[in-house]
Amino acid sequence: MPEVTTVILNQAGINRALTRIAHEILEHNKGTEDLVLIGIRSGGDHLAGVLADRIAAIEGEKPPLGAIDITMYRDDLDSRGSLPLGRTEVPFDVDGRKIVLVDDVLYTGRTIRAAMDALIDLGRPRNIQLAVLIDRGHRELPIRPDYVGRNVPTSREEDVAVDFDAERHPCEVRLIKP
Amino acid sequence: MSFGHKHILGIEHLSREDIFQILDTAAGFKEINTRAIKKVPTLRGRTIINLFFEASTRTRTSFEIAGKRLSADTVNISASSSSVVKGETLEDTARNIEAMHPDIIVMRHGASGAPHYLAERLNCAIVNAGDGAHEHPSQALLDLFTIREKKGSLEGLKVAIVGDIAHSRVARSNLYALTRVGAEVRLAGPGTMVPPGIEKLGAEVHHDINDAIRDADVVMMLRIQLERQGKTLLPSLREFSRFYGLNQDNLKLARPDALVMHPGPMNRGVEIASSVADGPQNVILDQVENGVAVRMALLYLVAGGEAAEES
Repeated sequence: MPEVTTVILNQAGINRALTRIAHEILEHNKGTEDLVLIGIRSGGDHLAGVLADRIAAIEGEKPPLGAIDITMYRDDLDSRGSLPLGRTEVPFDVDGRKIVLVDDVLYTGRTIRAAMDALIDLGRPRNIQLAVLIDRGHRELPIRPDYVGRNVPTSREEDVAVDFDAERHPCEVRLIKP
Repeated sequence: MSFGHKHILGIEHLSREDIFQILDTAAGFKEINTRAIKKVPTLRGRTIINLFFEASTRTRTSFEIAGKRLSADTVNISASSSSVVKGETLEDTARNIEAMHPDIIVMRHGASGAPHYLAERLNCAIVNAGDGAHEHPSQALLDLFTIREKKGSLEGLKVAIVGDIAHSRVARSNLYALTRVGAEVRLAGPGTMVPPGIEKLGAEVHHDINDAIRDADVVMMLRIQLERQGKTLLPSLREFSRFYGLNQDNLKLARPDALVMHPGPMNRGVEIASSVADGPQNVILDQVENGVAVRMALLYLVAGGEAAEES
């Protein structure tokens, strides 16, 4: 059977969701003091960049931006084999910072667990918040996002893909049914 | 992209893509070595045995630190403290170690091909940390990593390797690796120290150091391995130093931004003058630093790789 793809968020929908998340982050943190955004490679780091620009447009101040690769913290080396390793680039001290961890799709929560382990190895942040564009459910760990673009109930057989354009801006979210 | 090798026995078995996969993986690991907490949980629960039948401080320590930074349990066994001195064969030693279920054995041995011998007989992954005068793959890979880091790329670079080519596993592994990634390799040494026919592997051979290092982007000096040869190959160290040593005068023939490399340990005043070894062009300590990241990459790749057949 051929795959069936449904567009669940278009460019305008993504823009609205990200603008709302930017406002929520600013409201929750009362501005940008000690606030940093760290995206999870790859996808989350592109989204973090867009969110940082959105926050700068609203508040007039751009929070520092970092990216982490969680390959070294995965718990499935045995079953997945050696995955290509990306770069972790966090060019600031995370001690005492309020970190907003950004990812594109939240699923089992294992990626977020790995990302939190990776962040804690870099220092002792004041707190870690989680922003995701899509929450598709099926958590295997007790992890709940603070900021969600869209909740999309899915089955485990389905897949959610976030597409980025050449400028690494998110342009479409698709639900893929096998 | 899965790594297609269960073992790292030599550069000879690695393709250009394999080499770049290792270098790119090492680049990701290098950042860990500058953190306050230099440890990630990647190889937690894995056991790595460093089986060193030959004396080594730098390579063994580098592999040990690499394993520990990936949270593996690393155990060091040196020949002087093992049952080898009681007459046990290599295969019996290895079988006994394998019975303890290590995941990776990092092995140095004075006999060329010893790691290959074990790789055929044992189930765990074998990483060659130097076998006789044959190969020293992790050293060549850290050399490539250092050159790429300093020069931006490897293709088209002129690399001179000078000294005792015949006894140097570093030279052999570097020759394979550099030619495979598109660098031009020039070998230089006295006739007694350059194996006949080595130019068939893609290198230019010179017997005058000046011809080899003229316009070179990288000058790699090798240690005179006094323990591996009788006196017949060299009239005297002083004469070798005069004709094949790197000093501030002949270094001027190389490009002004040429890198000076040495796999260590250096014989100061023999193959390399102290003023050059400590000069602004040397990247010798960068090589040591990068060695940890490259060895982390090798351990990671063989630990995660599917049980692919060694080509």
